[in-house]
Amino acid sequence: MSQVVLALGDDVSTDVIYPGRYMATVLPTETPQFAFADLAAFNAKLKAKQVPQGSFIVAGKNFGCGSSREQAVSTLKGHELIIVAKGFARIFTQNAVNLGLNIVEAPEVEAAEGDELEIQGDEVINVTRGKRFPVVPLPPARQALIAAGGLIAYTRRRLLAHARA
Amino acid sequence: MGKTVVEKILARASGRTAVSAGDVVEPAVDLAMSHENGALVINQFLEIYKGTGLTPRIWDPSRLAIIFDHRVPAESPKTATNQKKIREFVAANGIAKFHDIRGDLGGICHQILPENGYVRPGAVVLGTDSHTTSHGALGAFAFGIGATEMASVWALGTALNVEVPATIKVVVNGTLPPMVGAKDIILHLVGLLTAEGANFRVLEFHGDTIRAMPTSGRLTLCNMSVEAGATSGIVPADAETLRYLREEAGVSDAVTPVAPDADATYLRTVEIDASKLEPQIACPHTVDNVKPIGQVAGTRVHQVVIGSCTNGRLDDLEVAAGIVRGKKVAQGVRMLVFPASGRIYTQALLRGLIGDFVQAGAVVMNPGCGPCLGVHEGALGDGETALSTTNRNFKGRMGNPSSDVYLCSPAVAAASALTGVITDPRAARAGGAQ
Repeated sequence: MSQVVLALGDDVSTDVIYPGRYMATVLPTETPQFAFADLAAFNAKLKAKQVPQGSFIVAGKNFGCGSSREQAVSTLKGHELIIVAKGFARIFTQNAVNLGLNIVEAPEVEAAEGDELEIQGDEVINVTRGKRFPVVPLPPARQALIAAGGLIAYTRRRLLAHARA
Repeated sequence: MGKTVVEKILARASGRTAVSAGDVVEPAVDLAMSHENGALVINQFLEIYKGTGLTPRIWDPSRLAIIFDHRVPAESPKTATNQKKIREFVAANGIAKFHDIRGDLGGICHQILPENGYVRPGAVVLGTDSHTTSHGALGAFAFGIGATEMASVWALGTALNVEVPATIKVVVNGTLPPMVGAKDIILHLVGLLTAEGANFRVLEFHGDTIRAMPTSGRLTLCNMSVEAGATSGIVPADAETLRYLREEAGVSDAVTPVAPDADATYLRTVEIDASKLEPQIACPHTVDNVKPIGQVAGTRVHQVVIGSCTNGRLDDLEVAAGIVRGKKVAQGVRMLVFPASGRIYTQALLRGLIGDFVQAGAVVMNPGCGPCLGVHEGALGDGETALSTTNRNFKGRMGNPSSDVYLCSPAVAAASALTGVITDPRAARAGGAQ
């Protein structure tokens, strides 16, 4: 069980998650400092390590819309946040799967900052409100990547299999 | 059962007889494009090979394209160092389709690819940029991916675990009224579909308006398809596509257009009557917050931007120059123009359009992404408003979260630069603006 540390609305763009002016910073080890840089108070908490790993961000539809910048995923992955949203944009979804960011699609989810959530099987449980919301499972094609430990490991395995053949 | 264009392209690229929406395929990649984020692709590419004992090897360097456009010339030592790293990698790996910062051959990736004939109908085109959807204008299946996915493509030559997307058919009929163009069609469509209405879907464009539209306008349509969440936009290749490839892109070898079957299966069909369309404006802070110009005319603007992968082509510059020619940009307005490529810049120069802009008081900038994504130049002050022909108006998009961005066509942008407020170019043409 962990807390919702940030609750957002629909159409949260990659410009909000990781503003374009920090795009020259590319390495996953360096991007976490700029997560939600324009939400200054939240960014300050992240940088001060006041947000425990495994905390939740809850959002509406179309989270991660806009740019293909992978920094928008690596910046959240660096803090090991879990994103629960009513829906995710396509490129963000694929980048999250590729890098192992935990994203949970729950089209009916209701939660506010401070609520305690738990993921149990195919449900998100809002413990604070005593409500359960169904989760849309990732398609099998994406689950295979997650099971392999992300796209780098998956591709590495393919190359090695090919080299042995 | 009939097939959509994308189903046919993915069947061919995956070595299958037929595929349908929902199938998972591993298509061979015909063209793999990156820009400055190639620095991250290189990092991830090398990461894949770590501990394998294998030598990092790009599957086919002739299918890679790298174009510098996002921050040109470099705005910081960090960017310059990333560009240097990419330049060295390009040289070491024999990547010929490399467009450095040059006045003649440089420009925005989504203009460089088509104008050099790198994109062919029926091709699978991947790019580490969300607006890679643009290349559907030439009948290719083109979509944006992240840097790690591109690293995997560099290693394998295929895109892994691609789910064949379902297609929404968009039919546009009717003659566009004067001062209304492709940008107004796509803004209207994004407003209709909403920002997530085509998420994981393809938009396939049909109708007599599309048939009559030059490739430059089709690039605008497909470019902004991603603003409705679409995996890709696509215009089935036709006589205009072949003309563009031959006359403008210098392609002399045989090209095979891919057409959808008459009984192809579409998720739904959206119809638009172009003859009734007015200039459209996307209002802050989402691209689907679209209104006909009458509802926002008169809004004060501080910066007008004409350019980008959406609207920096010669047709766009001609429309805008025709409006500002012999007139002056209003006091208190900064008008920035950035042609999409060196080739377009040269054509605009030879036709006198650059002189028209400069004499009107506009600042003509070098080809590149310019102020569009707020990383490089043309930032907005607190409380300021931009009116822009670019593709996104998200909060903070132009570098300042305390500013507003409205999106519009080149005609609206040019007419508004003369007045300092959002102005209907149809009224301005009738003599409404000074």
